[in-house]
Amino acid sequence: MKRVYPVEEYCVACHLCEVACIVEHSKSKNLFYAFSEKPKVNSKIEVEMEGPISFSASCRICEHAECVEACPVAAMWRDDETGLVKVEDDRCIGCWMCIMACPQGSITPRQDHDEGLRIADKCDLCPGRENGPACVEACPNNALVYEDRDKFAKDRRTLKGSMHIFIESDDTAIQE
Amino acid sequence: MLYQPFVTNYYDFKVVRDQDRCIKCQGCVTQCSYDANFWDNDRQMIDSIHSKCIGCHRCEAYCPTDAISIQRNPSQFRENGYWSKEDIKNIYLNAETGAIVVTGMGNDLQSQPVYFDRILFDACQVTNPSIDPLREPMELTTYIGNRGRKLSDTKAKKTGLIRLDVPVMFGPMSYGSINLSVQKALAASAREHGTLWSTGEGGLHSDLYEYGPNTIVQVASGRFGVHEEYLKAGAMIEIKIGQGAKPGIGGHLPGEKVVDDVSRTRMIPVGSDAISPAPHHDIYSIEDLRQLIYALKEAIRYEKPVGVKVSAVHNIAAIASGIARAGADIIVVDGYRGGTGATPLIVRDHTGIPIELAIAVVDERLRQEGIRENVGLVAAGGIRSAADTLKAIGLGADAVYISTAALIAVGCTLCQQCHTGRCAWGITTNDSYLSKRQNPEIAAELISNLLGAWEIEMKEVLGSMGINAIESLRGNRERLRAVGMTESEMQVLGLKQAGLGM
Repeated sequence: MKRVYPVEEYCVACHLCEVACIVEHSKSKNLFYAFSEKPKVNSKIEVEMEGPISFSASCRICEHAECVEACPVAAMWRDDETGLVKVEDDRCIGCWMCIMACPQGSITPRQDHDEGLRIADKCDLCPGRENGPACVEACPNNALVYEDRDKFAKDRRTLKGSMHIFIESDDTAIQE
Repeated sequence: MLYQPFVTNYYDFKVVRDQDRCIKCQGCVTQCSYDANFWDNDRQMIDSIHSKCIGCHRCEAYCPTDAISIQRNPSQFRENGYWSKEDIKNIYLNAETGAIVVTGMGNDLQSQPVYFDRILFDACQVTNPSIDPLREPMELTTYIGNRGRKLSDTKAKKTGLIRLDVPVMFGPMSYGSINLSVQKALAASAREHGTLWSTGEGGLHSDLYEYGPNTIVQVASGRFGVHEEYLKAGAMIEIKIGQGAKPGIGGHLPGEKVVDDVSRTRMIPVGSDAISPAPHHDIYSIEDLRQLIYALKEAIRYEKPVGVKVSAVHNIAAIASGIARAGADIIVVDGYRGGTGATPLIVRDHTGIPIELAIAVVDERLRQEGIRENVGLVAAGGIRSAADTLKAIGLGADAVYISTAALIAVGCTLCQQCHTGRCAWGITTNDSYLSKRQNPEIAAELISNLLGAWEIEMKEVLGSMGINAIESLRGNRERLRAVGMTESEMQVLGLKQAGLGM
């Protein structure tokens, strides 16, 4: 499936991907209102910086999604048709187990005490957006690409996944 | 002012931030390579240290909400018609540090004339037809090299002319002064448009050998990165004697900048200063230059032309004549508006002569002596537009070099901080964090677009003049006229006063 991939060598840490993400996921879709909206809108992509290294990280949509396994109420689920891992806002109880489980910290807590909001938040690849994910379009240096790399990954499948040993079948095989 | 010299408060720019529009994304904080913008955690807002701003506009360009505007500091010294702000500040700097003022880019003095702006093109009306370049063929292809070869000279016969699909080449900028990403972009654009780019004096990085047929390899006074494969890789060898921005001055790449890759390409140890002497220590006369030219020609078996690049100085016509007689196939004359990675301010602003005058006198002298066809003549230093290119060609050049224009295409705002190695646009820096800012693919597209646009513009102007080939314009001073020049300026340029007919 198509994923958003960072290109570390061209990321200039300008944070425009985060801005685009927040605007795209706001109610108003307006650059100025989006940042003062209630409840607060989170960026689902985050620029990581350490010395000369910088890149923008969002959900990897793991083959073996730890967050789905960790969720006690099945609010985090995988859409079998698209392969996308999604959060069901109504079901999420805000226990943050998915955040604990995510191996790369791509899930952020979205909470607002006044509004009683407490849900997990993650990249949804901007469904229905004409030009693909907003962060990719906003990147001024082509440091984010939206492409299908599964065909390259086939040969090195065993290297993928998380702490679990990858088993060449679906999730049920691991449970057994 | 606290803990700092008093002159720190006399800064040039203010980072004016509209806090209502600021969404606190901190993009400006990460983009500023001079640490002028910072996040104030206590006040939960972004603030700026104005004295650190050098006016590169990087933060302004990257602000998503257009909240930042870089403005001139309204507080200025008391007006003085004689002592300019620059004069005063340079004295402060001299007094404070005891050192020379170093700067980057080219001469920016408005007080010195720009002859390009005082030259006008001719156009066709009634008595002669103009050409529509969209409907009729228009030739921008030109050839540089020795056109006057005798059939009996078997060695010279082997040396071919270099074909340029557009009479614009990229000037020498070394690996070290600019980073590999920008060099890659220049090389890729040169290949796309059938022209040449130049390595500068820093050698040719192993990744760039594939662009060899579009590369000018330079041999400068430091001889950095010069070896057999390097000489054979290029389409042309250029001996660099001088640079327009700093005639008579050598170069100095500080040891800190000689990192692993630069050291391998320059063939010097990591961390050692790369010092280019002011003169070539084996060239003290035209005869010495001839020896080097022929040593290089022997090394490449006379297969490619050898050029000599000199800065435009007062005696340039005689020097060019000597170079032509020394056996050079191409002469590059670099005017005083040309840029550099680092130069003493005093040399940049006060040494050399304008390229317009230099090209005109060199072309005239070579014609008088009957050796013009033995050399290609390239104008460099301060070519800003397609119009400047055509004017330089009209004054006698075969082609031009552009460098600053190419850097502007990829984001340069002429902030003149090249020598600091902190270029916020990731051009004149090898800092691993900053150099990421140039994506070679994007940069190559921008530079290619620039060349493509100039091609169209040049064709339009040629069409209006009723000329259908760039070679018909070369040295065709009858199609140029001068406005606002003195009699002697027009005489040097070989131009008539505007208003005078044939």
